[in-house]
Amino acid sequence: MPTIHYIQKDGSTRDIEAKPGSSVMENAIRGNVRGIDAECGGCCSCATCHVYVDDAFVALLPPPDDMENELLDGVAAERRPGSRLSCQITVTAALDGLTVRVPETQS
Amino acid sequence: MSNARSLIVVGASYAGIQLAATARELGFEERIVVVGEERHAPYQRPPLSKGLLTGKTTPEQLQLRGPDFFEENGIELMLGQRATALDAASLTVSLDDGTQLTGGWIALATGARCRPFPLPGAALDGVFNLRTLDDAQRIAEAADRATRACVIGGGFIGLEVASALRSRGIQVTVVETQPRLLMRGLPPVMSDYVEDVHSRHGTQVRTGLGVRQLLGVQGRVACVELDDGARVECDMVVLGIGVLPNAELAERAGIAVDNGVPADRLGRTSAPHVLAIGDVAHMELPTVAGTPKRMRLESIQAANDGAKAAASLLVGRHQPMNSVPWFWSDQFHLKFQMAGLPLPSDEVVLRGDMTTDRFSVFYLRDGAIAATHSVNKPAEHMLSRKLIAERARFTASQLADESFDLKKSPPA
Repeated sequence: MPTIHYIQKDGSTRDIEAKPGSSVMENAIRGNVRGIDAECGGCCSCATCHVYVDDAFVALLPPPDDMENELLDGVAAERRPGSRLSCQITVTAALDGLTVRVPETQS
Repeated sequence: MSNARSLIVVGASYAGIQLAATARELGFEERIVVVGEERHAPYQRPPLSKGLLTGKTTPEQLQLRGPDFFEENGIELMLGQRATALDAASLTVSLDDGTQLTGGWIALATGARCRPFPLPGAALDGVFNLRTLDDAQRIAEAADRATRACVIGGGFIGLEVASALRSRGIQVTVVETQPRLLMRGLPPVMSDYVEDVHSRHGTQVRTGLGVRQLLGVQGRVACVELDDGARVECDMVVLGIGVLPNAELAERAGIAVDNGVPADRLGRTSAPHVLAIGDVAHMELPTVAGTPKRMRLESIQAANDGAKAAASLLVGRHQPMNSVPWFWSDQFHLKFQMAGLPLPSDEVVLRGDMTTDRFSVFYLRDGAIAATHSVNKPAEHMLSRKLIAERARFTASQLADESFDLKKSPPA
């Protein structure tokens, strides 16, 4: 199974084996990654599962759709080029090694 | 079992788990016990009326926390156990198996239950309430075999269920006693829009009509008889007629009760060291001109922010609940996002074109934005939460003009 690396606010990393087809948010919740709130449970309504995707992986992801793009304008931490909502990133075999950084704040 | 300063949470709900988790995050080091009546690991309820019924969401995806979370954080879960009594003086909770838990803080996160259906036929097979994962799974199973469904109640839960069932190809009728849908929370312009959306998808919407009774054949529901004598034939009925707060534990303990358990913005009830959070809490709101002093909002946001405020109390760093209320609803291809609490006297301003299913309705009160209802406009929703909190001032013509940048208005 692909492994996802989550860099938490304190700098520590959590490596989580993720089932293809699940979302990066779901795996963060299952693996107790701190700092991903996901208040709406992953339905792209709340912008509290914001992550910064490592530069090397940004181009491997399908770009955000209109809904996600608009919500990203409302994230609590700074929006950067690698900003994504983790509930909208689906894990695939090609994403093995995906590294995402948890932002300073979600709300 | 006793621990002078421990936290006993009654209810393994969104609010209950958030309180336990935030307390730990803020450095609360005493024992934490969470008692839950359901046997399932704590889970998200919002998808129960949405993705779980269409099959888009699986039960495994509903888990609020990972399997190791509770052990990792030293949170004891006691699932499948019901709290039967609370002694507010000794801060002791009794469980149905005879266990007694005494703490330094008791948090009531007992939630709400479906309002009982008062008319004949409620006990027929094929008639469903929706509150728990088990309820939702029963509805999803019935939907596998159903060709016609009747949803009683045109509020958010009823309409989400109607949307999910209709998306599965089932013929759906929604019956609402009030003259229009979503009357409790939305103005006529939005009610009309929502009714149109459901009609466009082929759902029959019957408003202004009460139900007389449910009729069955051999113990199984077969039709819903309306006040005007009309009969809606169906294989299943889902009730979406609202909830009642589970406040009995508090009431029997002598704690003040009024439409749930009144609580201040830190979750404090009338009894020292007894807190109320989530759907059971009739929580005080930040002061906004014209809106009620307190409300039971029955939303994730209220559960989340109320729990975080209560956690701040436990560690002595008070951060009273101060956020703009918001909630969301998914129906068909529409993402409804609502911020603030509108009043019937607010000026209603439409931004965008309703026929495109992408627009926001703004509510102006004394020249400032008091609430916004957005449809497929998440950026305007997110911005509105900020603008409402800042009491940002706009004119109606600025709001209605889509070329006017809403980020530009200075706060009042």
